[in-house]
Amino acid sequence: MIGEIGQLALCLALALSLVMAGAGLIGARGVAANARALASGATMGFAVFVTLAFGALMVAFVTSDFSIMDVANNSHTMKPLIYKITGVWANHEGSMLLWVLVLALYSAAIAFARRGSERLTSAALGVQGLLAAAFLLFILFTSNPFLRLDPPPFEGAGLNPLLQDPGLAFHPPMLYAGYVGLSAAFAYAAAALITGEADSQWARAARPFMLMAWIALTLGITLGSWWAYYDLGWGGFWFWDPVENASLMPWLVATALLHSALATERTGAFRTWTLLLAIAGFSLSLIGTFLVRSGVLTSVHAFANDPERGKFILAMLGAAIGGALALFAWRAPKLEGGSAFFMASRETMLLLNNLLLFGAVSAVFLGTLFPLFQEAITGAKISVGAPYFAITFAPIFVVLLLLVPFGPRLGWKRGDLKEAARALAPVAGIALLFGVLVLAIATPHALAAGGSFALAAWLIVSSAADLRLRVKSRSLSPSAWASAFAHAGLGITLMGIAGTSLWRVEAQDVLAPGGTLPVAGYSLRLDNVVLVQGKNYRAEQALVSVLADGHTIAMLRPEKRFFPAEGQAISETSIRTTGFSDLYVALGDQRDDKWIIRAYVNPLAPFIWFGGGFMALGGLTSLTGRLRRRAVAGALAEMPAQ
Amino acid sequence: MNPKKRRRLAFAAAIVVAAAGGAALVVTALQDNVLYFYSPSDVIQKHVPAGVSFRIGGLVENGSLKHGSGAQVQFVVTDRREKIDVTYNGALPDLFREGQGVVAVGALDARGTFAASEVLAKHDERYMPPEVVDALKRSGRWKEGQ
Repeated sequence: MIGEIGQLALCLALALSLVMAGAGLIGARGVAANARALASGATMGFAVFVTLAFGALMVAFVTSDFSIMDVANNSHTMKPLIYKITGVWANHEGSMLLWVLVLALYSAAIAFARRGSERLTSAALGVQGLLAAAFLLFILFTSNPFLRLDPPPFEGAGLNPLLQDPGLAFHPPMLYAGYVGLSAAFAYAAAALITGEADSQWARAARPFMLMAWIALTLGITLGSWWAYYDLGWGGFWFWDPVENASLMPWLVATALLHSALATERTGAFRTWTLLLAIAGFSLSLIGTFLVRSGVLTSVHAFANDPERGKFILAMLGAAIGGALALFAWRAPKLEGGSAFFMASRETMLLLNNLLLFGAVSAVFLGTLFPLFQEAITGAKISVGAPYFAITFAPIFVVLLLLVPFGPRLGWKRGDLKEAARALAPVAGIALLFGVLVLAIATPHALAAGGSFALAAWLIVSSAADLRLRVKSRSLSPSAWASAFAHAGLGITLMGIAGTSLWRVEAQDVLAPGGTLPVAGYSLRLDNVVLVQGKNYRAEQALVSVLADGHTIAMLRPEKRFFPAEGQAISETSIRTTGFSDLYVALGDQRDDKWIIRAYVNPLAPFIWFGGGFMALGGLTSLTGRLRRRAVAGALAEMPAQ
Repeated sequence: MNPKKRRRLAFAAAIVVAAAGGAALVVTALQDNVLYFYSPSDVIQKHVPAGVSFRIGGLVENGSLKHGSGAQVQFVVTDRREKIDVTYNGALPDLFREGQGVVAVGALDARGTFAASEVLAKHDERYMPPEVVDALKRSGRWKEGQ
């Protein structure tokens, strides 16, 4: 029964998304007020039915209804409730339904908030309707989560144990909220091209959606990287793997978009460029989905996949990107040009920010897709190693980060470069001092460490100095807090990356119980390996004493878990963190009566994710400040009526 | 030429220079960091010289996994036509199994043994690296539904 409800809800949602598309696009013309009302109503209905379908699938998972194939393939009665729920999107079919659910929620938000003119909202809903229809067709024809299984099995096949983890449980919804949030920016950009309204009003209307997408992407990537760090047992946080790059590229473009849209909103500059970035951001989200879902590239994060689906996504990709770029080529030349600005101005800094981010995206894009081009041309199968990305990405980002503190110091249209340089001179002094200090005490890689930490200090101290200046001049606004948080977050993450990559110490040995492994001043003693029973797994748990100066300071318990339902084993690392440094221990495979124990000391590793959280906080500050301002403006507008 | 035009020209020139620099950087970085993928048959036919890094992929031959001293392991990678001995010093990924697909990064030593620096893990036991599938197809030993 629940399957039929879900199926029916999906079909109705498809019908309503088509109404949304038709009515929304008709409503983009000046006179059709009825069509606009219809588009708005259809959006609400579409959101309700998609939510219903998603709820139906969730009920099927929670009640372990194995007559539904998706549940039988990906769930198990013994699974803890939390992983029955997150199991809804931990498989291809369910994750596509989650994608449409997020799309529906954004569409409802567009219809409900009605930012920008009525025509703009209507056109945006029309574009969202087209995207929704394409994804619903994809689900119904290639990835239907409600297909029945007759006769139903007594027990499900279980869920990949790697996915039974709190970090990964919430990583996909976050990432999707980001990917799909860019669809809202894309829809507004297409709407601007359709209606010809690409002014600062437009940028103001679309910006909250860009911010939401950016915040979600930031958190999603941070969560994913944290999960890879503690769960994969390799001690690394980023591998430049195609699947990881697929999420990094939209983030880089979304970052560029936020900055460019800021200029469009304030002074009307960079109008067409902002539109192009909004189109590029969502296109890269689609390309990312294609890379992840089609399996054309070898990835350490790859899951079993189906080439048929890849072709469908590729077709969708072509239609969305091609359509949007055609619309851009046709309509963008008719848009009014932006206002002029001087060389020393915030606009110039934002332009440089955009060019550098664009360069970084290009480098990552080329490295990620080069194996595809190469294979198509020469037939040789290759992969691009992580050093390529470090060599190309790092210099671009260093220049970008050096320039960051100048942006908030320069005024719009015409700034005073000398004044900014004077204000930043003490900051530069502090940063250099800090760098020299690190250079003097750090081993190994003193030079690289000194440079990285000076750069990090440059970002953090300049953010703090900016806030101080604004307190003095009584111009402290949410947007000032936002840029300070986000830019300081970059500095914090940079410290984490530098500390972990430059000063990590690793050790590995085969230990019998009682044996010890020295690592960076600690001594790890394998006391014993015991069997423990989890809810749906049994584990070999190593009891490892951490000794410093002969005293036991901690017990670590890395595990190797075996999941009988799935017939699969995974390792669970054990980490002791002080907030400034991680001691990371993983249990490897058994060799006779001995065990492989791997240990890493990762200095400053927690800073990587802490900085990511800081950046997201910056985005959130900007978003809430903006919404509050709007609410106040709304209340003021209603005052005279009372 | 008025000042506005001159500024624009300077800006365009700066972009061209930056783009050229970036392109040069990308090309050199790519040249040094591209890893080729070879199946065991490729390794034999192409006479891959010792010391050159590449990725090898195929199936772990049944019964070939041997533990040496410490964390040393030895196993055989096959495409069911040719075989290559692989040595590795470290913990094997959780999903490493005899009879299943594997991809390893490393280089041949003087005796023609592949010394792996990395054995790639995968997230999903149903997942088979596309290169391995392709290698088996080329050696004519791939059965659909495998």
